[in-house]
Amino acid sequence: MNSEFRKISYDGLWGNNIVFSQSIGLCPLLAVTGTATNGLGMGLATTSVMVVCSALVSYTRVLIPPEIRIPIFVVLIAMIVTLVDLVMNAWLHEMHKVLGLFIPLIVTNCAILGRVESFASRQPVREAALDGLMMGLGFTLALVLLGAAREILGAGTLFANATLLLGESFAWLETVWIAPYRGFLLMALPPGGFLMLGFLLAGKKILDRKLAARAQSAQAGDAALLNET
Amino acid sequence: MSNVNWEAMQQSRRVLAEKLRLLETCRQHWQRLLQQFDDIDNLRQRLDYQTYILAAATLTASLVLGIADLATSGAIEKRQAEDMQSTLSQVLPDTLHDNDLLNSVATVGTGEPGDPATSVYIARKSGSASGAAFKWSAGGGYSGPILLMVGVDRDGRLQGVRVVAHAETPGLGDKIERSKSDWILAFDGRSLDDTAPEHWKVKKDGGDFDQFAGATITPRAVVRGVESALQFYRRHREEILAAKPGGG
Repeated sequence: MNSEFRKISYDGLWGNNIVFSQSIGLCPLLAVTGTATNGLGMGLATTSVMVVCSALVSYTRVLIPPEIRIPIFVVLIAMIVTLVDLVMNAWLHEMHKVLGLFIPLIVTNCAILGRVESFASRQPVREAALDGLMMGLGFTLALVLLGAAREILGAGTLFANATLLLGESFAWLETVWIAPYRGFLLMALPPGGFLMLGFLLAGKKILDRKLAARAQSAQAGDAALLNET
Repeated sequence: MSNVNWEAMQQSRRVLAEKLRLLETCRQHWQRLLQQFDDIDNLRQRLDYQTYILAAATLTASLVLGIADLATSGAIEKRQAEDMQSTLSQVLPDTLHDNDLLNSVATVGTGEPGDPATSVYIARKSGSASGAAFKWSAGGGYSGPILLMVGVDRDGRLQGVRVVAHAETPGLGDKIERSKSDWILAFDGRSLDDTAPEHWKVKKDGGDFDQFAGATITPRAVVRGVESALQFYRRHREEILAAKPGGG
């Protein structure tokens, strides 16, 4: 049980990361990652929707026939996103002013439908909710990384305006990396998102290969040691 | 007497038996329905079940959203009124008026291009009009119109300008927001009288107002928008100042 939870967490955060491995959910990814703060906001909003959707679908999975599962999932996801939008607008208005822009965009995120379809509709509620949480956090990680890279190159700052999203106590997040800086327009505009995503994907591939090589050489070392004795 | 009673008893017994039979049939139906749910794999294949479950899903979603809308609409309206109030108080200083701006609205403008029908919030001090604030859409932004809230005193001198909504590039054009930079304050105190038309431009075009590094289109659009808002006020000044309190 425990090792299964660990596997779900690892897959969500890194091994089967929505962006870096599955390469889905790119529409909201490229749309909002001009700054790290926006990426963080979008990531957190998506994560919360993903957890609720996965749990709900997993809970009702025995009732849903496979032939009509897609329309039912779409209706459920749209319902939850709208619900989150309404509730946030009414009772978390300050946060809604910052995140409000991103919430309707969550509907366009095929990653949610993807997780619901490939995982939550076949797994018990607890596993499904955990998968939603971990996949969401992995997505957040990707958004923040991409946003940070674009923001540093594009504007020379990191987490600008984070206090608007998280409150005054997070003022320490707002840092200036390159000053004075004239800005690099390409990175702030959509093409910069594609370029930076390409670099990040390449970076992940290199890192994974290095890790695999190290694991292999460690294994080979062990085998050699075993042979000698 | 006893005869009648006997008949009534017979009657009620028949009714009771009828009802019991009905109940029994219902129970049987229910049992059969439950049995079907025991064999959910079989049930899920049936077309009528699929129709019902899809209908049930959409019905549930509509119901939930309807209830949520009812539950939140009041709070959302209140928040939006608060937002409006706070924007208004940023463009019209408290010293300028002593009335409730949200309840002092007049609609002016012909609705023709360049002269849109606009809700104007009229500031009053001791009963006489002392200024006005209205939303104005500035065209020519980098991506779509930029919605401004413009506040002027009686004579058309700007008391404050704020950007209410825009879709400019984050990190570049969004410096027009008050929360991101002080740029928008450069309009305070300006009017058509002290700034000639050739100065209602960004510095790059030979005017008075700064542009941003890497973004000229956005400030250019805002400057032009504010100027046209002032022209709108000048055109309708008499009408606005004469409007009845609480009208609209």
